[in-house]
Amino acid sequence: MLDVIDLNIEFHDHITPETVVYDFDLHLDEGEIVGIVGESGSGKSMSALAIAGLLSRKHMKKRGQILFDGVDLLTCSRETLRKYQGNDISMVFQEPMTSLNPVKKIGWQVGESLRIHTALTDDEIRSRVLKMLEKVELPDPEDVYDKYPHELSGGMRQRVMIAAALICEPKILIADEPTTALDVTVQAQIIKLLKRINEKTGTAILFISHDLSVVRMLCSRVLVMYHGRVVESGDVNEVFDNPKEDYTKRLISAIPRMEKLRL
Amino acid sequence: MNGSFDEKKADTDVILKVSGLNAYYRDRDKAGIFTGNGARKQILKNVSFEIRSGEIVGLVGESGCGKSTLAKCILGIVKDHDGRIEHASTGAQMVFQDPYGSLNPAKTVGWILEEPLRIRGELKDPDRNKKVSEMIHLVGLDDSYLTRRPNELSGGQRQRICIALALMTEPKLIIADEPVSALDVTVQDQILKLLLKLNRELGIAILFISHDLKVVYSVCSKVMVMKSGEIVEQGTDDEIYHDPKHPYTKQLLASVISA
Amino acid sequence: MNRKIRENFKLYTGMLISGLMLILAVIGLKFTPYDPNEMDVSSRLAGISMAHVMGCDNFGRDIFSRILAGIGTTMTVAVGTVFIGIVLGTVVGALTGYYGGRVDEILMRFNDAVLAFPALLLALVFISVMGPGKYNVMTALGILFAPGYARIIRGEFLRCRNLDYVQSAKLMGAGDMRIMFVHILPNAFQVMLSTIAIGFNNAVLAEAGMSFLGIGVQPPDPSLGLMLSEAQSYLFVRPGYAICTGIAIVLLILGFSMLSEGLENNA
Repeated sequence: MLDVIDLNIEFHDHITPETVVYDFDLHLDEGEIVGIVGESGSGKSMSALAIAGLLSRKHMKKRGQILFDGVDLLTCSRETLRKYQGNDISMVFQEPMTSLNPVKKIGWQVGESLRIHTALTDDEIRSRVLKMLEKVELPDPEDVYDKYPHELSGGMRQRVMIAAALICEPKILIADEPTTALDVTVQAQIIKLLKRINEKTGTAILFISHDLSVVRMLCSRVLVMYHGRVVESGDVNEVFDNPKEDYTKRLISAIPRMEKLRL
Repeated sequence: MNGSFDEKKADTDVILKVSGLNAYYRDRDKAGIFTGNGARKQILKNVSFEIRSGEIVGLVGESGCGKSTLAKCILGIVKDHDGRIEHASTGAQMVFQDPYGSLNPAKTVGWILEEPLRIRGELKDPDRNKKVSEMIHLVGLDDSYLTRRPNELSGGQRQRICIALALMTEPKLIIADEPVSALDVTVQDQILKLLLKLNRELGIAILFISHDLKVVYSVCSKVMVMKSGEIVEQGTDDEIYHDPKHPYTKQLLASVISA
Repeated sequence: MNRKIRENFKLYTGMLISGLMLILAVIGLKFTPYDPNEMDVSSRLAGISMAHVMGCDNFGRDIFSRILAGIGTTMTVAVGTVFIGIVLGTVVGALTGYYGGRVDEILMRFNDAVLAFPALLLALVFISVMGPGKYNVMTALGILFAPGYARIIRGEFLRCRNLDYVQSAKLMGAGDMRIMFVHILPNAFQVMLSTIAIGFNNAVLAEAGMSFLGIGVQPPDPSLGLMLSEAQSYLFVRPGYAICTGIAIVLLILGFSMLSEGLENNA
């Protein structure tokens, strides 16, 4: 469904162009959950933003292809891209505090992409939004519908973000570190929620994280990125149990485990 | 409570004793001539514990539970509290979570490290430089870093500088507030090892505050679990991790995602 | 830094013009071709010649020399004003921003009161109390500009006072004064720099305005505003006088506005 072939991303807002992603390849099937792991500056978020079509076309030069159902998102018209954005490809960000508009009610924000992409009436939108809020397991959707973001906790906000991302029943959900800013107990809940949604709706998930244990729990395949390149990829268990690259080995050995640190 | 909490152990070992601590918070920004003093909220409720020299004690809890307020009470930054905080030695120091905010961006690393010595006025110029150089080597960096400014350094390097800065006044206790949660995993590992090494070699006690139970387990010998301003359970690492009593501790442990 | 300057046209031109004006000001204060106040009745309203490149005014004073000296005076007044304003503003801003609470409330309400009056009106009051003259203008304007600076500095201190490095300095035992002026102040320089440039412009304009109205620098001292007011009477006989004085004011302000905008873009 999604094929990224030889994607290279260059920054052009400085005097000398700076390449941040080299030869990035990715294949994502329907209903699959693929993880991208790497440390800060590895290019994992940059690749994800490129797939979501959120990188500026002016300041960043991109080579390669991002094929979604056979259409190249890099070269298609802006109108086509906008049709896909939010409708077929949607995204959840790391920071649930800033990714919701503080002056709009939750219900309005979740329904926004329906208002943009469909011709549904207000009542239909309302009932779809309420159903969605229920699907992300928010207690008392009717109540949450009329609340403002600051009245919700971090975990609830992230659920709202997921609801807003899923309202148009997208084929791909890109989740960029969706649990990093959350408390541990909430983190586990959100991961489980994503897994359940994937099983129920068949939405493919591209999961970006620096946390390998989370990736292992959620994803079936994984790409390891380092300095803008994919250094290793494959089945999650295969990569974890039998890492081939030095960097992957280092990354895996650095995962905090329930064991005493030895000097 | 048993083991290290045993009363038979010599009390001279105890370098920090907190008993019946209640702390309050008042929003200073909302205070004014017309608005009175702002609302006073209780953040910590009846917190009691001890730290002995050379121990690494973990404090776990979720955001907003009062972990950082407890640290600030011990350090004397938060003054609105009752209960007793007894230090055996003066001047506990702190390592902060965000290595980008805890070093003054306008100064060089050398200046920053020298500042505590300058304030105390104990040493003369050449001795100060010698001590700064000693400290920076102790945290695994070298003299070439002294002329750089914080924004030229990576997160891990900054955190090393922060640790060196905390060590500058030779404290007996360091409070590390989420010292690795802003860092990449491979860097996390290095910083934890550095803290453990300093603990072993210099015998510095560390109050290690974190939300990450795995990280806490990896370095701490004693653990306290905090919820809504109360310490709901405390004990040795084995007791907390293998035989948790309080439902909240159990819930925390259940949500640990392990690879 | 070098690359940034090349990228930043405004900063570059601003520096060039301001540098040029600075050189002219130094020349004007020390080495004018003629004494700017020396009257020579024989060359009253003399035209442009080799001896007088811009001609002479109604008292036979060399206009070119007077403009140079005028730039010198105006710039001195502006620098003095900004200096007084910045020092006062920094002290007030630092105290209010750092301590907050009641100190903040009281000083800032006082600040608002000063800001609420039109600056020129307050300057008039000051001058009528202290009497006109270069140094009194400087003091009056400096005090008037201080609240604006205080506001900006306060914002920076408010932002910085809860940052970890300030907490860590406290833990080391640094006193409040040391934290304010050694630890936090250098971090406010960036913001200060562009406000200084804007303040300088306002000071030039205010001085010119006041001198034009006769409550600023007193004759026979040369000042751009004063000269503009004198040139008014000879606008048709000697238009060059007014035009050259005007151009000098424009260049002074243009240079500094470009410099300040350039600095802001660089930040």
